[in-house]
Amino acid sequence: MTAFPELSIAAAGKGLEAGDFTAEELTRACIEALESGRDLNAFITETPDIALDRAKASDARRADGRAAGPMDGIPIAIKDLFCTEGVLTTAGSHILDGFTPAYESTVSANLKDSGAVMLGKTNLDEFAMGSANVTSYYGPVKNPWKGPGGKDLVPGGSSGGSAAAVAGGLCPGAIGTDTGGSIRQPASFCGIVGMKPTYGRCSRWGIVAFASSLDQAGPLTRTVEDAAIMLGAMAGHDAKDSTSAPIDVADFSAGLGEGVKGMKVGIPKEYTLDGMPAEVEALWRQGMDWLKGQGAECIDVSLPHTKYALPAYYIVAPAEASSNLARYDGVRYGLRVEGSTLDDMYEATRGEGFGDEVRRRVLIGTYVLSAGYYDAYYRQAQKVRTLIARDFTEAFEQVDVLLTPTAPSAAFAIGEKMDDPVAMYLNDVFTVPASMAGLPAISVPAGLDGDGLPLGLHLIAKPFDEVTLFRAASALEQAAGFDAKPGARPSTPQGGAS
Amino acid sequence: MSLDKDTIRKIAFLARIRVPEDALDGLAGELSNIIGWVEQLNEVDTEGVEPMTSVADMDWPRRDDEITDGGRAQDILANATDPEPAPGGEDGNGGGFFTVPKVVE
Amino acid sequence: MTYLISGESGDWEVVIGLEIHAQIVSEAKLFSGAATAFGAAPNTQVSLVDAAMPGMLPVINEHCVAQAVKTGLGLKAKINLHSVFERKNYFYADLPQGYQISQYAEPIVGEGTVILDMPDGETREIGIERLHMEQDAGKSLHDQDPKRSFIDLNRSGIALMEIVSKPDLRTPEEAGIYLRKIRTILRYLHTCDGNMEEGSMRADVNVSVRHPGEDLRTRTEIKNVNSVRFVMQAIEYEAERQVEAYESGEDVVQETRQFDSTKGETRPMRAKEFAHDYRYFPDPDLLPLVLSQDLVDHIATLIPEMPDEIKQRFMADFGLSANDSGVLVADMDTADYFEEVANGRDPKQAVNWVTGNLFGALKKAGLPIAESPVPPESLGELLDLVEDGTISGRMAKEVFEEMMATGKDAADIVEEQGLEQITDGAEIEAFVDRVIAENQDQAADVRNGKEKTIGWFVGQVMQATGGKANPKMVNELLRKKLSG
Repeated sequence: MTAFPELSIAAAGKGLEAGDFTAEELTRACIEALESGRDLNAFITETPDIALDRAKASDARRADGRAAGPMDGIPIAIKDLFCTEGVLTTAGSHILDGFTPAYESTVSANLKDSGAVMLGKTNLDEFAMGSANVTSYYGPVKNPWKGPGGKDLVPGGSSGGSAAAVAGGLCPGAIGTDTGGSIRQPASFCGIVGMKPTYGRCSRWGIVAFASSLDQAGPLTRTVEDAAIMLGAMAGHDAKDSTSAPIDVADFSAGLGEGVKGMKVGIPKEYTLDGMPAEVEALWRQGMDWLKGQGAECIDVSLPHTKYALPAYYIVAPAEASSNLARYDGVRYGLRVEGSTLDDMYEATRGEGFGDEVRRRVLIGTYVLSAGYYDAYYRQAQKVRTLIARDFTEAFEQVDVLLTPTAPSAAFAIGEKMDDPVAMYLNDVFTVPASMAGLPAISVPAGLDGDGLPLGLHLIAKPFDEVTLFRAASALEQAAGFDAKPGARPSTPQGGAS
Repeated sequence: MSLDKDTIRKIAFLARIRVPEDALDGLAGELSNIIGWVEQLNEVDTEGVEPMTSVADMDWPRRDDEITDGGRAQDILANATDPEPAPGGEDGNGGGFFTVPKVVE
Repeated sequence: MTYLISGESGDWEVVIGLEIHAQIVSEAKLFSGAATAFGAAPNTQVSLVDAAMPGMLPVINEHCVAQAVKTGLGLKAKINLHSVFERKNYFYADLPQGYQISQYAEPIVGEGTVILDMPDGETREIGIERLHMEQDAGKSLHDQDPKRSFIDLNRSGIALMEIVSKPDLRTPEEAGIYLRKIRTILRYLHTCDGNMEEGSMRADVNVSVRHPGEDLRTRTEIKNVNSVRFVMQAIEYEAERQVEAYESGEDVVQETRQFDSTKGETRPMRAKEFAHDYRYFPDPDLLPLVLSQDLVDHIATLIPEMPDEIKQRFMADFGLSANDSGVLVADMDTADYFEEVANGRDPKQAVNWVTGNLFGALKKAGLPIAESPVPPESLGELLDLVEDGTISGRMAKEVFEEMMATGKDAADIVEEQGLEQITDGAEIEAFVDRVIAENQDQAADVRNGKEKTIGWFVGQVMQATGGKANPKMVNELLRKKLSG
């Protein structure tokens, strides 16, 4: 039998329903896996007591015949960007030292209401700014997959802790947030499924804001079906978020297994990059063949402003972040470094509290919004964003989904690309355009590169058409038959019950 | 556009982030590099294009004029550095103040 | 009305513009569900949103939007169906988010006009540049502790309207009249209580001087002035200061200043190391505010008759002077009160009673007209008693004082105290006959042509009746009886 924590959510749910095991047993196994997997540094805070309480409550509900649904009793990990009532919430930053919210984010509250069991808070790039999970105040996360010679690799970012936890068999699912690729790119690096819903599908209330016009919560799971199940428990209109869509939660699993016969799949030619590794391009072609093999029609489309999405993103996101992060001022919560005057205290607190990458982005954002530069940078970037969104709208007049690679490479070694911010930013080149247009997108593990490291394929759908997205993703998943697992972690034994 | 040390100093103050003097040069180089890279946006003809305000094109929720929150000074002040109870407010929700270094106006 | 400051280089004209910050009347804040009431214990009217806790998001209070639209309509201004909330970024202890949500490039209300009623009965039109909505900041207390400032966020997030005038004002007095007129309009609309002592209305005053006919010169901005009198004083001081600067060859620096009400002077706010750079950009947490014309039309139906209209109507219907009308409509309760008294009665009498006896008595009692112990219907009845001759005008003043003191109706007082005027001819004749009989010598004087003594007789009869006899009838009877 598969080790408990390595079960899929769907399988674990069936086991719970059949009475094969209890939520408490499942949760205890995950807690053990967390402990033996600490080498990954995937968690900032483990919450075993809360987990066991909720697991027992879930078992009690089930015994009463009141199980809440497919997430009831399922242990999950929560990115430490979601505020959790009574539990330390850090955003991976020194500046939130000791911050314990008196409130629970809408998404984590929805999951709690669905019976999901919180195992702990996962590590992330500081304020979700990063693509390798190397900017966390709590140290880098290791990818469960090892490089040549057992080299430690990055898990991708910013939801690197969530991705590593799921890929490393610590828990069946986790939630992350995606601003420019922060769910999909680590999913690709870690060989799991990562999904970003349409902007407005999940409430942002209670999620530490990075870039308000882009941030979206989403699931990281081992299967497409699990992602659909989990999103069903996360999504929904929230009157506390003005950008939350007043749209009912669809049955995201509705199209699973229906296949893609007759589906029109767009292949955007602008996603072919100079210097893209041959195996990434080859996998992309393979993906087209898989879908065609199941009766889909692949159509070449053009998204002419694709190359400008990334530079536009690196104006819009830092601009919003520079303003969103102004509230971390040492007064009401978190770190305070004393100073002789108010400004002195602000400067000392923020100088010490923010890491290098956050400082870089806040300064960039401040600069592009400042007098004399606003029109040239911010306004121009938002106009380009309009053009990017228009490209997608036009493409979706011809096709149902778009297929692209998720990331331009597989996971790289911890320490690489650290001294060149722009090289690091290029990790998100394929994921950022959909973010800029607010579209739902998913990364599905599809193959391995020459070093045996996972690579994902990326699907993008129309706004609020997650059902089609999951349908195409499940077809891709089936065809790819990806079943590779990270190698045994060198210094730690395989955790979990078996 | 290349950003010099003075510009870095100025925006660092606007953002209230202390940057050590010896870090200014390095930061100026990094930011100039990033700004130089994003300036490729100038190639795009955006004549007559409206800047995007939100990808969410919908009727947004508004709230009724009802008191639904407040009366929770304890929660509000719970994470603060050096809060000051209001006179008679020591028992929690009777109120209290945040504090900052004295401001001379 | 001209107001010129003379200097060696000639006369100087003052150019004034006002930015009035008016707190919108609402139960809850602009973007949160916390209460807005004045005077609560510190930080007890603060939501997680107002305290800028991580991950908190603003959701707009629909009523506040309607209030802003209503005010715009009351200012006869253009309502913008599409407006945008932006973030104004700066750091300050009482600004928890590190930005104020405000409107900048696209405000909810555009250009409008306000009519000033000048003391000479003339009117003057002042342009409104715009009205936008924004959040208030919290409050800093600097005098509670030797080393620390205390922060109370109860005000943080309360809805404000900023009403920006064009630089159309030319004298301190005009600025005062303008501020009062805006307050009147807001009170008529119930969109702001206009209570300057509690901070629900305050003004930033922009002042510059120039030789008449010149282009505008550099202006200074006096921040947060919180009374009409202080606004006028601040302008006077600041205009003189600027004239002196120019006359002595100096320049006026564009800066923000504060008004010291104890010294009656303005001085620069503490210099900042760098000028503010607010980095406005559209708030990504809020979509553009889109209003339907239907909603605006509906709100228009809620606008009451406004003071300018009532003033015209009082002048037309009641024949009042512009001045009397202006005084009456400056306060909605007064206008209502007056109208109730004046309806179906002599309007001139009504004006005199309301602006004379009533205003005086209320001032003495320290009561607003809405809490007058004498309601308008009672004052009207009193006037009726005078009109139908039940009591004399002189007696009415005494009855009014009794009404103020006891809250009783005029008729009851008159009845209880037997103050009805004696209008029965036979009864008066009896008094007249008795007085003549008792004063034969004086009667003879009258008959011998000493006309003046008739007045003496009137006095005697009035005294004999306790002042209740109708003086006109007494007079007539005396003349008749003493003429032959």
